[in-house]
Amino acid sequence: MRWWAWAGGLVVLSLLLCGVGLSVGSTGWSPPWQAQGDPLAWQIAWDIRAPRCVGAWLAGALLALSGGIAQGLFRNPLADPYLLGSSSGAALGVALFLVLVGVSPVATGILVRMGLTGAAFVGAVLAVLLTLVLSKGVQHTLRLLLAGVVVGVVLGALTALTMLLEPDIMRAMQAFMLGTTGFLGWDSVMILWPMLLVSLLVAWGCSRALDALSLGDAAAISLGVRLGLVRVLLVGALALSTGTAVAQAGLISFVGLVAPHLVRSRVQSTQGPRLVLSALAGGILLLAADILARWVWAPLELPVGLLTAVLGGGYLLWRMHRMGVTS
Amino acid sequence: MTTASVAVSAVALSARIQSVRLQGHAILHDISLDVPVGRWVAMVGPNGAGKSTLLRTLAGLQPCQGEVQLLSRPLAQWAAKAKAQRLAWLGQAESGADDLRAIDVVMLGRLPHQAWLAPPSVQDEAAVQAAMRQTQCWDWRDRPMGQLSGGERQRVLLARVLAVQAPIVLMDEPLAHLDPPHQADWLDIVRELRDAGVTVVSVLHELNMALQADELIVMRHGRVVHHGDTHAAAAHQALRQVFDDRIDLHAVGGHWVALPRSAQRPVF
Repeated sequence: MRWWAWAGGLVVLSLLLCGVGLSVGSTGWSPPWQAQGDPLAWQIAWDIRAPRCVGAWLAGALLALSGGIAQGLFRNPLADPYLLGSSSGAALGVALFLVLVGVSPVATGILVRMGLTGAAFVGAVLAVLLTLVLSKGVQHTLRLLLAGVVVGVVLGALTALTMLLEPDIMRAMQAFMLGTTGFLGWDSVMILWPMLLVSLLVAWGCSRALDALSLGDAAAISLGVRLGLVRVLLVGALALSTGTAVAQAGLISFVGLVAPHLVRSRVQSTQGPRLVLSALAGGILLLAADILARWVWAPLELPVGLLTAVLGGGYLLWRMHRMGVTS
Repeated sequence: MTTASVAVSAVALSARIQSVRLQGHAILHDISLDVPVGRWVAMVGPNGAGKSTLLRTLAGLQPCQGEVQLLSRPLAQWAAKAKAQRLAWLGQAESGADDLRAIDVVMLGRLPHQAWLAPPSVQDEAAVQAAMRQTQCWDWRDRPMGQLSGGERQRVLLARVLAVQAPIVLMDEPLAHLDPPHQADWLDIVRELRDAGVTVVSVLHELNMALQADELIVMRHGRVVHHGDTHAAAAHQALRQVFDDRIDLHAVGGHWVALPRSAQRPVF
């Protein structure tokens, strides 16, 4: 099957899931088209469920695209979007913001919500910059990975320390750390989609370089690939799209790792199509997880990050088992 | 003055290297080397002599103190793409690309000739097919690299280098994993390239293959001990010397062969 056939199938599946997502609420199955005369039902569907569906899809797509880029760039199938420290940076940003603003009931307005998003984004991007400074640029992949680990550990410790000193922020932090699609509105969608578009363009533009890079640095350079430029572009796209997704939906785990894996195991293609398909698959994964999170325990809601962790971990375990059987 | 002395052959690669350092250690010292156009040159020497490092330096993949010139122009002055069209490189046991099909990998060899994101042209398709037929991997072009054996993989990588159609080809241990028939094929391919005017420089571990080359670069301890015609007595002398007089060179059926000299008596 050609890759665009897969892409078409994934787009159709995304639309179907969006339809399901519009129909599932805290009261169970209630499609807006069945309650035609009810303006409230329409308002709920349009103002709450629709942006949540689209936002979850976009955040999942961004994470999966970042994961795909990271796996190609670092030639490591286990690389994930949080590799360069962006997750721990975002967490620290949120923790510090919560401490500074406080978590009093008065303060939990829309302003705080926006501030949290900004703090997460700034934290994620600063953490990647710190990683880049520590690794002295993007030229040495191993040094970059090690610097990412160091930044992750140190910032994680600082976040833990902050939470220890200000236990009040614990609950709010937990929602962020587990990942949540509950706060996604149309404003989030308006931030997410341009970022996805830009990242997709960068990824597609660098896709042949990534193919060449799969044979190693020397082979890529000998084929005329300007490795420095490609690395700067891809690390930039990786940092910004991860930061954007994390700022809107918290630390969603496993989508960025699993979606590219799924695509690779099903579709034989070069990097360009593979990255596009990864983004589509990531969107579907997070949207499906979001619907499940709303549905299984309605009217209570599970944190979506918990579901992605369980499903993603299960999938990887199953892959591991199959690899053990076949080889 | 006779015409012969005026006919200076063109130089494909020329190196004037004071030193090459890897993580603080000097690997190469004082190397002055000219590789003439249209010759097959083999680099030989004991383990750790600096053969691969010298080849990487010639390809511009390794920074050095000194200068390397490609077709009489310093490497640094070449644009990345223009250089890639003229100098093709095959690394030692290149790994990775497990998810790509064999034909996708060979098509990467056309990257230096393609505009950014342009689809493959008719020439690209033709070059890829010709290269894959030459190394006999066309029949399973759609198989992913991860499912190939070591030898099959090496033939795909070889086709990738041939697909560049560069006038200068550098290969580090190109015979790794190849069985004798495919080693013979490789010899034929290299001779064909050479006869078509292509310059080939290869690091070869297998001395008997190296002795088939036009010229030998004999290395030891990061220096070029000897560079000259393969069949000259001086080359053989240098070979015996760098291998501590532990090899014997014999003429067999019109070829030179190197055999390890062991303390055991001959079998027959």
